[in-house]
Amino acid sequence: MSSRGSRYLLRFLALGYLALLLGIPVALVFVNAFQDGIAAAWDAVTTPEAQHAFYLTMVMVAVAVPLNTIFGVLCALAIVRQRFRGRALLNVLVDLPFAVSPVVVGLALLLVYGRRDGWVGGWLAEQGIQVIFSVPGMILATMFVSLPFVVREVIPVLREIGTEQEQAAATLGAGSLQTFFRITLPAIRWGVAYGVVLTTARALGEFGAVSVVSGKLSGQTETATLFVENRFQRFDETGAYAASVVLALLALVTLLAMNVIKPKEAQ
Amino acid sequence: MSIVVDSVSKKFGDFTALDDVSLEVRDGSLTALLGPSGGGKSTLLRVIAGLEAPDAGRVMIGGHDATTTPPQRREVGFVFQHYAAFKHMTVAKNVAFGLTIRKKPKEEIESRVDELLRLVHLQGFADRYPSQLSGGQRQRMALARALAVQPRVLLLDEPFGALDATVRKELRAWLRRLHDEVHVTTVFVTHDQEEAMEVAEQIVVLNDGRIEQTGSPRELYERPANDFVMSFVGPVSELSGRWIRPHDVEILREPESGASEAMIDRIAHLGFEVRVELTLGDGERTWVQTTRGRAQELELGEGEIVWLRPSEPAALSDETTRPAPRSVA
Repeated sequence: MSSRGSRYLLRFLALGYLALLLGIPVALVFVNAFQDGIAAAWDAVTTPEAQHAFYLTMVMVAVAVPLNTIFGVLCALAIVRQRFRGRALLNVLVDLPFAVSPVVVGLALLLVYGRRDGWVGGWLAEQGIQVIFSVPGMILATMFVSLPFVVREVIPVLREIGTEQEQAAATLGAGSLQTFFRITLPAIRWGVAYGVVLTTARALGEFGAVSVVSGKLSGQTETATLFVENRFQRFDETGAYAASVVLALLALVTLLAMNVIKPKEAQ
Repeated sequence: MSIVVDSVSKKFGDFTALDDVSLEVRDGSLTALLGPSGGGKSTLLRVIAGLEAPDAGRVMIGGHDATTTPPQRREVGFVFQHYAAFKHMTVAKNVAFGLTIRKKPKEEIESRVDELLRLVHLQGFADRYPSQLSGGQRQRMALARALAVQPRVLLLDEPFGALDATVRKELRAWLRRLHDEVHVTTVFVTHDQEEAMEVAEQIVVLNDGRIEQTGSPRELYERPANDFVMSFVGPVSELSGRWIRPHDVEILREPESGASEAMIDRIAHLGFEVRVELTLGDGERTWVQTTRGRAQELELGEGEIVWLRPSEPAALSDETTRPAPRSVA
């Protein structure tokens, strides 16, 4: 087969694969959301339960993303720049959320923070803090599953830029903090940004762990993804698909935001 | 500021980078650390800068023990082989960095940056980014950046290593002129003996973590302390079991006492220099460097028999057991 022909075949296969797996299903979700008309879709996503669900999802994102970003940068710095015992172990542990099923994560959290039998949960319950079947537990679950992204994106960037710029800054009189904020952070900002985008997308879409941990109390501990499941189980297709459309749009906005803040580096 | 390195040793795991190295650099001088890769010269430079801590020994800068002083406070300017430019800052901000850290007033920073950009011939490039500059321009920017805070000592780690030959030659001459103007104690690392010979007042030859010899370019060339220095600092050729500089060999048409018989294998005309490759009576091969004029005078031709004799005064090594390194013609 000619090289040109094989190039086209490759493109056709790749696009076909994406279309079958992603494109067509997502498009159908959009179509079905509006099958009863725009008004019906709008109503479905503006019920009090729906609004609370989206609000909770936003809370998850607002807490998990900044914390995981700070942790991610510090962790990446430690793994790349420092030598300490257990460094390789830390590197592997960071990937744990990729390996472990979200449902297992949820169960693990139950074991630790459960009110009656939980390792820590019993003590916390005495202090009046409820973790499981409550928002704090859901935040923990979301944080865990979205943990690795910033670390994973920043590590190769840190490795690539090396330490020379930081050494130069040191010889010019910059202390550790000054060097970090003026040199290191700007140098890794695209890795961080992309990591933030991935973290956000993961936090938005989290289902399994949060499902186990939340108790799925509609209007109280139901995130947007749980809301979609809820609606679908109650045969409210419009509600399920309409909420899905909103989630998809949120993810799209996140992606676009990254493309907007990515000017010169692309050259 | 003078620099004194006192019995410094440094190991990286099992590898000894510096082995009891001691050195004195005069205030205001221009010194080269010369040697093959892995010889310890970059490590020594970084120990002086404070970017590496020695396992043993002391570093004195300007008479004060700076061994435990962090690089931030040693007031040393450092120029890296690959520029270490702050890629996300403009040229002006790069150069201003040290002054910005020291919280100098804005006008002072601006005028100093302007002055420095003029010094390195980069005026007009202030608002460009390092990625928009050529290698030579980036290195000049790095130099300006290092000089901005008026360091007591300027250290350059193979500063022209990443540049192509023409730019390298230009910047070498330029560094020399800069030193004449600015007079800061300068130490630079290079593995290029020609560069060291051309630029430096004093050369320190380092090999396997030890100093082989310290001296002026002329001293090193004419009175090398050992085989290593002799072969590293200039070309060597072998005659009668000893090493000699190829241009210190006289070619004679008639046998004379002290002369060795040899047959010309090949004559390479390299412009002014003529390189004559010969085989000696014992089968050893050697080469002699002569001038165009002399080669024409002698009417040298390939396949002819001539006689070779060391000219006066020639630097000769002691009896050497190693064959002279063959130059690639």
